[in-house]
Amino acid sequence: TYMPRPCSDIRAAQAVTLIPGDGIGPLVTGAVRQVMEAMRAPICFETYEVHGDMPAVPEEVVESIRRNKVCLKGGLDTPVGGGVNSLNVQLRKELDLFASLVHCFNLPGIHTRHQNVDIVVIRENTEGEYSGLEHEVVPGVVESLKVITKFCSERIARYAFEFAYLNNRKKVTAVHKANIMKLADGLFLESCREVAEHYPGIGYNEIIVDNCCMQLVSRPEQFDVMVTPNLYGNLVANTAAGLAGGTGVMPGGNVGHEYAIFEQGASAGNVGNEKLVKNKSANPVALLLSSAMMLRHLQFPKFADRLETAVLQVVKEGRCKTRDLGGESTTQEVVDAVIAALD
Amino acid sequence: SSAAAVSLENPIRATLFPGDGIGPEIAESVKQVFDAAEVPIEWEEHYVGDTVDPRTQSFLTWESLESVRRNGVGLKGPMATPIGKGHRSLNLTLRKELGLYANVRPCFSLPGYKTRYDDVNLVTIRENTEGEYSGLEHQVVRGVVESLKIITRQASLRVAEYAFHYAQTNGRKRVSAIHKANIMRKTDGLFLKCCREVAKKYPDITYEEVIIDNCCMMLVKNPALFDVLVMPNLYGDIISDLCAGLIGGLGLTPSCNIGEGGIALAEAVHGSAPDIAGKNLANPTALLLSSVAMLRHLKLEDKADRIHAAILSTIAEGKYRTVDLGGKASTSEFTNAVCRNL
Ligand SMILES: Nc1ncnc2c1ncn2[C@@H]1O[C@H](COP(=O)(O)OP(=O)(O)OP(=O)(O)O)[C@@H](O)[C@H]1O
Ligand SMILES: Nc1ncnc2c1ncn2[C@@H]1O[C@H](COP(=O)(O)OP(=O)(O)OP(=O)(O)O)[C@@H](O)[C@H]1O
Ligand SMILES: [Mg+2]
Ligand SMILES: [Mg+2]
Repeated sequence: TYMPRPCSDIRAAQAVTLIPGDGIGPLVTGAVRQVMEAMRAPICFETYEVHGDMPAVPEEVVESIRRNKVCLKGGLDTPVGGGVNSLNVQLRKELDLFASLVHCFNLPGIHTRHQNVDIVVIRENTEGEYSGLEHEVVPGVVESLKVITKFCSERIARYAFEFAYLNNRKKVTAVHKANIMKLADGLFLESCREVAEHYPGIGYNEIIVDNCCMQLVSRPEQFDVMVTPNLYGNLVANTAAGLAGGTGVMPGGNVGHEYAIFEQGASAGNVGNEKLVKNKSANPVALLLSSAMMLRHLQFPKFADRLETAVLQVVKEGRCKTRDLGGESTTQEVVDAVIAALD
Repeated sequence: SSAAAVSLENPIRATLFPGDGIGPEIAESVKQVFDAAEVPIEWEEHYVGDTVDPRTQSFLTWESLESVRRNGVGLKGPMATPIGKGHRSLNLTLRKELGLYANVRPCFSLPGYKTRYDDVNLVTIRENTEGEYSGLEHQVVRGVVESLKIITRQASLRVAEYAFHYAQTNGRKRVSAIHKANIMRKTDGLFLKCCREVAKKYPDITYEEVIIDNCCMMLVKNPALFDVLVMPNLYGDIISDLCAGLIGGLGLTPSCNIGEGGIALAEAVHGSAPDIAGKNLANPTALLLSSVAMLRHLKLEDKADRIHAAILSTIAEGKYRTVDLGGKASTSEFTNAVCRNL
């Protein structure tokens, strides 16, 4: 039973920063907004316009997230090779959202080549290959620094094991390339091993990233929770997402000690698809499932369950699905179906 | 050596490293098939030594390397690098000493051998000398380490050039450059810039750029979207194994390394499988298909086609499959069947 405060007006609700973002972002965040309203979830959104081609995330937006502690975000388009830094990366760094989490699992009703995929990829989000330290040594020779620290490796490992423990998961797999990057990935592994010792009830193993991707496409059911440095996590999560039905349905988010940003799990940066925007047919399932994660994070488990149940039911029935799942529906049609399915 | 001038009397010399573990057995299979198909190749066999040659700091002797340099072409079985300090890994020695800058891996679904993917027909081309595998790492202070990724114009142009050349000579229509230039703007940016420059010289070949995470997702959803893929070292390592997984694993995927001055060293990418070594159980397909890649490099197309077709029909028939493919055949039974199917 949810016991609301008597004056159940908007001020009593939990404020959440909302960034619709670029491309399909406004469509899918709009979907979440509608479903939240239909449920009368005790959430009020503070909406901010942010776009990938801005030089930086406006200070008032960062302030809002700091105040609310929780944000829901559509994709931000990072121009390739332009003079602009990724705002996604800026937000993660500024708010120290060191853990990125993507849940890749088979949804009943979506036919895929593999069954029994249920993988949570937990990825270090603040350093590694995304350090942003690059320079041209001499013309025609450029260097990029991958930075791995004990501090960041340890805290991501701790987060992964704690996540596994709290969610009753059985195994954590560390992904690495320590046979080649002996120091950098070696330090990452060393940290994982140390943390693993404190969780004797959770299995721990290690896998080299190339073999990992091969195993993923042949026997993905062997994986449970995976913990990775930055770049490998990006690849592993997208591979696993593809196996389980595509980025349009995988939820996820970024979290640090203080703040959390929920977004489409894999490829949050995906926005560019003009056709999806024009036909208003982006798949809202991923972000709706992410919002369920957000509701659980905000300690509204009942609302989270209702939302998730409705979304999964719509997917399972299969009458209303977007193109990426082999259907014809628009975003709005899926939203309407979800609202109708709310019990 | 031009294909016209060679014959069984005047063969091409090629170096053969049977390698360790199952290596000699699968190398034997290649030799047998080449004999049956009357391939005009004369092998110079070299084995990995058990002492370090100071000239190469490795168990591979200078004479072995010289043999590949002289012949310009070779075939290599799996080599197990002995564990211990003071010598270089065998693969690294070969790559560095022979300047093997590109690793080419054709990946195609084998008709009749069912995996979850039956529409794969792509080629990954991996830059093999720099990138994330530069080997330059250091500890800045305790608990903070840095690893350098190096991208140079020279190496990027070279591998891009090879990719387009490969596409053109193998009747392929499209080259996709795989990158993460939205994050690594300078390094992967330079790689892309070089690919674009080369692409301009090949107007008949479609050129596209795909971000690596998107590439992973597209590959597992619909691998038929890809044709030739070219990429820096780490991405190539990961994507080529992922693609091998799509078609049934490393026991089936051929590979060929391309070096300076047109050197080609074809190799099976699987390990030495000590657990089944000497038992006549190994699947020679990967090494056989690698030898086909070597023949294509030598422009012995008709021999390559014949052997390729014989391998495929043997697997498709399904009567003589090795244990790893769920069959009961031994290495030699499979090999005999391939020879019969020539
Ligand atoms: N919500 C969605 N609905 C429908 N299709 C989607 C959705 N999300 C992703 N896709 C599909 O997946 C493709 C790849 O998306 P992806 O997010 O990987 O793009 P991206 O450019 O790699 O982004 P980034 O690298 O910044 O994460 C899109 O072009 C689109 O076709
Ligand atoms: N050509 C092959 N035919 C049949 N089975 C193979 C073949 N190659 C590998 N395998 C099987 O796959 C397993 C793993 O292969 P892999 O070659 O990587 O062995 P490995 O023990 O890792 O050797 P190395 O130490 O040289 O890498 C082997 O134990 C073997 O059972
Ligand atoms: Mg992406
Ligand atoms: Mg590899």
